[in-house]
Amino acid sequence: MSCDRTNSALHAYFDNELDPLGAAEFERHLTECAECAEMLARLQSLRSSIRTAQIYENAPQALQKKAHEHLDVSTSVSIRSARTPWRGLALAAAVLLFAVAGWHILSLRQEAGRESALADELIDAHLRSLEPGHLADVLSSDQHTVKPWFEGKLDFAPPVKDFTDLGFPLKGGRLDVVQGRTIAALVYGRQKHIVSVFIWPTTEPDAAPHSDSHQGYQSLEWRKGGMEFWAVSDTALSDLQQLQQLF
Amino acid sequence: MLDSQDRLRFELLVLPHLDAAFNLARWLVRSGPDAEDIAQEALLRSYRFFPGFHGGDARSWLLQIVRNTCYTWLEKNRRQDVTEFNEEHHLHPSPSPEVQAIASDHRARLIRAIESLPAPFREVIVLRELEGCSYKEIATITSSPIGTVMSALSRARRQLQLALADPSRKEAQHEL
Repeated sequence: MSCDRTNSALHAYFDNELDPLGAAEFERHLTECAECAEMLARLQSLRSSIRTAQIYENAPQALQKKAHEHLDVSTSVSIRSARTPWRGLALAAAVLLFAVAGWHILSLRQEAGRESALADELIDAHLRSLEPGHLADVLSSDQHTVKPWFEGKLDFAPPVKDFTDLGFPLKGGRLDVVQGRTIAALVYGRQKHIVSVFIWPTTEPDAAPHSDSHQGYQSLEWRKGGMEFWAVSDTALSDLQQLQQLF
Repeated sequence: MLDSQDRLRFELLVLPHLDAAFNLARWLVRSGPDAEDIAQEALLRSYRFFPGFHGGDARSWLLQIVRNTCYTWLEKNRRQDVTEFNEEHHLHPSPSPEVQAIASDHRARLIRAIESLPAPFREVIVLRELEGCSYKEIATITSSPIGTVMSALSRARRQLQLALADPSRKEAQHEL
């Protein structure tokens, strides 16, 4: 190592941390210093080899669930004892899993209807969205931002409304593919819960809301003005019913 | 306990960085299951400290807590971390040639190489290369001056390059 810039300036340049003047100055230096040029190439390949290997570790689903569902329950107690409710939750999850497995076997025997398959898919889509970074393709509480975002991405215009004043803040929107067709999903907050409202066009006449619960999630389905709506959440059914009335 | 307004703020500002929290913990303690416990604990702490968080960069704020939780854990579970990095050892890794050829081996070697770095080097690599943090953010998260961040990063990269260098394949040296 003969060039004294290989340690600081080179890395700062590589990391885009130099101001424009400094960067230009270093680029001039690069044309003259073979050592820095070679080191820069090595840093670039190190970075690309890290990118290619995809070693970023996302939070496991169990952790995400705990984080979303049980933070407020355990905050007033100390960290050490706070672990216990989570252990209890793990047990509850196991019981739930068992129940779901049982439900699946039952539903197999009863030849699950098309409706429940759809409900499952929508619940899955909702769960996927809860993974960090997947909540919304367009994150905005402004209906005038979210609505135009859907244009050109869908062959219909979903009704996009913000109900912040009424306790259902719009958080954004995203596209989901359910049963082979692309549909709109609006994301609302409800206290600490997240509600997905899936919307797609239908030729069926308007229909009163119909509720169901699968895998511990509530769904509420209704049809209005040529649109099919499904609201899915782990919040109380009464919340979904309120939201339905707002549309 | 947070009121409902703060809970929503926490949910919107902090929870989106759960992956970042877990990823940093996973690389600092080098174990998925332990990282899960630590991320949980850090999240609980951040939730309790949240009333004291007055805006700003929520990711850095959370990662700072995660990092402190990790170091407390490392201190308690002091193991190989005290062993000094041995450049000689990493200059001549010798996995079998056929294994070297496949892509998954590149990944495994990279993981081993990063895990072989001392914790202060692991964290700057993870924060810069995986999390895409700026020097200023890394300085905040690690509670150290920017100069320290820069020198740690440059030394960490050098050690990582050495750990990855494979003398049996010329192009590999170039590539890495």
